[in-house]
Amino acid sequence: MSDTMSSPSYIQTVRLEPQAAPTATSGAIGWMRKNLFSSVLNAVLTVLAIALIVVVVIPLYNFVIGNAVLVGASGQACTTAAAGAHVGACWPFVTNRFWNFIYSTYPEAERWRVNLYFLLEIATFVWLLVPRIGGKGWALLNLLVVFPLLSFWLLTGGLGLTPVETSRWGGFLLTIVVATVGITASLPLGVLFALGRRSTMPVARYLSIAFIEYFRGIPLIVVLFLANIILRYFLPASWNPDTLLRALIGMSLFASAYMAEVIRGGIAAIPKGQFEGAQALGLKYWQSLAFIILPQGLKQAIPGIVNTFIAMFKDTTLVAAVAIPDLLATIISNSQSTDWLAPTVLYTGFIFAASIYWIFCFAMSRYSLWMERRLDTGHKR
Amino acid sequence: MSIATEPGGGNGGSSWINDPKTRSIVFQVALVVLFVALVAWLANNTMTNMARLGTRLSYSYLGENAGYPISPALIEYSVSASSYGRALVVGLLNTLLAAGIGLVFATILGFIIGIARLSSNWLIAKIAQVYIEIFRNIPPVLQLMFWYALMRTPMPDPKNSFVFFNVAFLNKRGLYLPSLNFGDGSILILLALLVAIAVTVFLVRRARKLQAETGRRPRVIFLSLALLIGLPVIAFLAAGMPITANIPVHAGFNIGPTTGPNAVLALGPELIGIVFGLSIYTAAFIAEIVRGGIRSISHGQTEAARGLGLTNGQNLRLVTVPQAVRVIIPPLTNQYLNLTKNTSLGHFIGYADLTLVNETAMNQSQHTIEGMSIVMLIYLIISIITSILMNWFNKRVALVER
Repeated sequence: MSDTMSSPSYIQTVRLEPQAAPTATSGAIGWMRKNLFSSVLNAVLTVLAIALIVVVVIPLYNFVIGNAVLVGASGQACTTAAAGAHVGACWPFVTNRFWNFIYSTYPEAERWRVNLYFLLEIATFVWLLVPRIGGKGWALLNLLVVFPLLSFWLLTGGLGLTPVETSRWGGFLLTIVVATVGITASLPLGVLFALGRRSTMPVARYLSIAFIEYFRGIPLIVVLFLANIILRYFLPASWNPDTLLRALIGMSLFASAYMAEVIRGGIAAIPKGQFEGAQALGLKYWQSLAFIILPQGLKQAIPGIVNTFIAMFKDTTLVAAVAIPDLLATIISNSQSTDWLAPTVLYTGFIFAASIYWIFCFAMSRYSLWMERRLDTGHKR
Repeated sequence: MSIATEPGGGNGGSSWINDPKTRSIVFQVALVVLFVALVAWLANNTMTNMARLGTRLSYSYLGENAGYPISPALIEYSVSASSYGRALVVGLLNTLLAAGIGLVFATILGFIIGIARLSSNWLIAKIAQVYIEIFRNIPPVLQLMFWYALMRTPMPDPKNSFVFFNVAFLNKRGLYLPSLNFGDGSILILLALLVAIAVTVFLVRRARKLQAETGRRPRVIFLSLALLIGLPVIAFLAAGMPITANIPVHAGFNIGPTTGPNAVLALGPELIGIVFGLSIYTAAFIAEIVRGGIRSISHGQTEAARGLGLTNGQNLRLVTVPQAVRVIIPPLTNQYLNLTKNTSLGHFIGYADLTLVNETAMNQSQHTIEGMSIVMLIYLIISIITSILMNWFNKRVALVER
């Protein structure tokens, strides 16, 4: 067409150079226009948000870093006389007492056992939680049998090791022990009560419902008191379980009730065809459980199980109510010692404790999210 | 398994051992026997232990004088005269008080943050996310202790209180707010308010009906507002201004008065600590629930609402929120229950809730089994009531569904 007639004057003959995109929609400014100032309301909100950040972050920075005391041998360095009226965090408190926070009064010569226990713990959970490592059945067996026995032997002693009384345990060690026992005991018990609640046998079902709803209905601190006080009446006088064991029993039962509900949810998410398929193959109840139902149900329940672990980890702070010095209680009692009489010591302890709990819980919650996304592929219908 | 090996079994030829019914009965009987044996063993141990310790199961101690102070006390309670039973009631009321205030704050904060999390404003959404991730991953005990400590150490003495608008005082001993004195005729104002509410409800219903019939909706907002504000004000003036406020003032080394007929509202640092800590902690969970609830409404609903010509506000009010509420309410109730149970963490900061009051009672009276049983029962009743309410609500919204 253009061959037959000369092009009219209004048709462009020279190709224009491409122009840069308007700054209003691209680059940093465009991003800000879109995400921060898209409307008057948003602009106002952005300004308010910046004000909030300034109000919160600057004092926090000043406390944690700006005005913080970094070196010192005792609380003397952190008093207002030594560090000024606006003294910040007293980090010498953490650096000086750090090993006490970790081991509390566990005998110094035996602390290698605690370290070994920590290593075992890490290995056990890495094996269990990292999908790429095979042999999950063995990992579970390790968690439920081998690891508890080894840890018990390592921490309490006997059989060639010097005995260490549980009254000398404390700090981070105790927090980990309480959390681990809760986790380890609540898994099998949770499966048991979840199956019980799903059972067609009324006796098993109602007993399970009663157990689950009872422990979900009362606060953990009441369960701990109950275990601490009532267990002494319930068991023969000769058994005389020590304070830690009583708290661990309470904690485990409490956690099992929550775990049971999570696992029940996981089993309920399995398509009915799986149950029917198992029956059609002629599998017996326990066989279908072991090979068909539980592997799928537990897998489905992993995010929920990890969330229960998170709750349990936070709940370990409650054992202080029955005079068991967990990490938080150890930090607080350290902050009250006469060596550390300074205004910000307690708050420094709070920040340190909060960071530790936060790191653990946040890591677990990320794992749970990641697992949820990973599991989201095959099984949903 | 395949074909009967033994003849004579009742069930199609297979042995009775393999009959699921028989097995189920045998198993259940065994379970009952085991359970009864366990209970009997525990009861026997308890009896032996009680005999050994020389205690006897008896609830008569509830009538004896408790003799320890409890603060705050919402009902009359005196150290010298009130019984353990009354002390427990005071504790229960304190639990409900902290839970009640906490619920309100946690809900407001949680909804704000949950919606902020979905904001198109990047900064607001990020702040909400950071809030959620920080506060839900730190143990509530630690948070309570932190707020409580903050209420104690850096706060000024009563003499140098922070003063807000000359009516509210904040110091080491807590927060002092004005209280209201309801004189004769106050009931009139309440009646006026009730009438105004009733008329407003009627007006709104009529407006809705008219809209359904004619497509036009009369404006009722201004009339309703005038009624809701005007009627009580008129009643207030007509009754001779019966409501007066007690403004806190400096009284010696203290803020007061805290006792007597003109007592101001004094919130102790324990109550503030527990309310702050639990609200902020629970709000993080509520925010996630709200976010999940709103997210669960498929985008098609919003598009359909737009297609019908609804405005953004109408879409939220008539389409998104009613559907989101169905998803939000059950886990929200769960959080409320958690918050109520978490008031028992008052133990750590000395807030005299049910658990702490009972703890002192058990230590003093040595009636531990009795005390534990009472507290357990109360918490169980609270949970059962909550779950009944939740089931009722679930049924209601399920009917609305389709």
